[in-house]
Amino acid sequence: MKIKVIVTLKSGVLDPQGKAIQQTLNGMGFANVKDVRQGKYFDLDINENNEQKAKHSAEEICKKLLANQVIEDFKII
Amino acid sequence: MNSSVIIFPGSNCDRDMDVALKKFGFKNKMVWHDDDKLPKSDLIVLPGGFSYGDYLRCGSIAGKSKIIQSVIDFANSGGMVLGICNGFQILTETGLLKGVLQQNKNIEFICKNIFVKINNSENKFFENIDKDVLELHIAHNEGNYFCSEDELKSLEDNNQIAAYYCSSDGKVDDKSNPNGAIKNIAGIFNEKKNILGMMPHPERMIDKYLSGEDGSKFFENLIRNLK
Repeated sequence: MKIKVIVTLKSGVLDPQGKAIQQTLNGMGFANVKDVRQGKYFDLDINENNEQKAKHSAEEICKKLLANQVIEDFKII
Repeated sequence: MNSSVIIFPGSNCDRDMDVALKKFGFKNKMVWHDDDKLPKSDLIVLPGGFSYGDYLRCGSIAGKSKIIQSVIDFANSGGMVLGICNGFQILTETGLLKGVLQQNKNIEFICKNIFVKINNSENKFFENIDKDVLELHIAHNEGNYFCSEDELKSLEDNNQIAAYYCSSDGKVDDKSNPNGAIKNIAGIFNEKKNILGMMPHPERMIDKYLSGEDGSKFFENLIRNLK
């Protein structure tokens, strides 16, 4: 079963890359971009047919490796 | 005194550390990350570099490697562990040290000499050191130390901040903060002060002709304290 995971910096944590992208977009003429937050996206193929079990595994995986919960949040979709 | 330096794929300060430890009298062994047992050691060093290409997050993959459980057990039983640069990042990823090293505030790789002020010398790493401001070298992209307000408070309350970035005369201010680290933090201890993680490289400052000798002071003092 395919599970998608998005890891983002927690709000309030400085994201210098996001800031640089936002400033570049503004410089390119996209003056309406107020903020950019950069994140990571993972496609997990988990050998499990039960969606609940697969998502449970994904949650453990996020907590133990994919996200550093000091500064990052994760979303399983 | 026996020391061990752990080599991960992508470590690049392991040999420098080996040279430095031997120069000041340690009998050093190099240990491969895929081993599961540590040789008998008085000090374990996690060296600088780019373990596993900094994939996912700096230090995150190394923090799950085979040897790490032995390092954690050694540290939890009171053994002395030193993590420099990528080694500091690995220590935070294992949870042995609090917080995290984020990307530098200015999104630049920084490679230069800096000064640090030793904040706590009541531990085996810095006890009896005869200088409180050291000139050391930094070379990193992710050295911007960050932790939650609660964690910062507990670091301060337990005197766990090892060193601050400062000016050459020891002033801790924004101007001397190279990477945006919270409160100018360059290195921290665990609660028991047997684990030290810091971004600056003392092993790069052990030759009066090539660099400077403030790293020599660190190693001379360390081996004296461990004997």
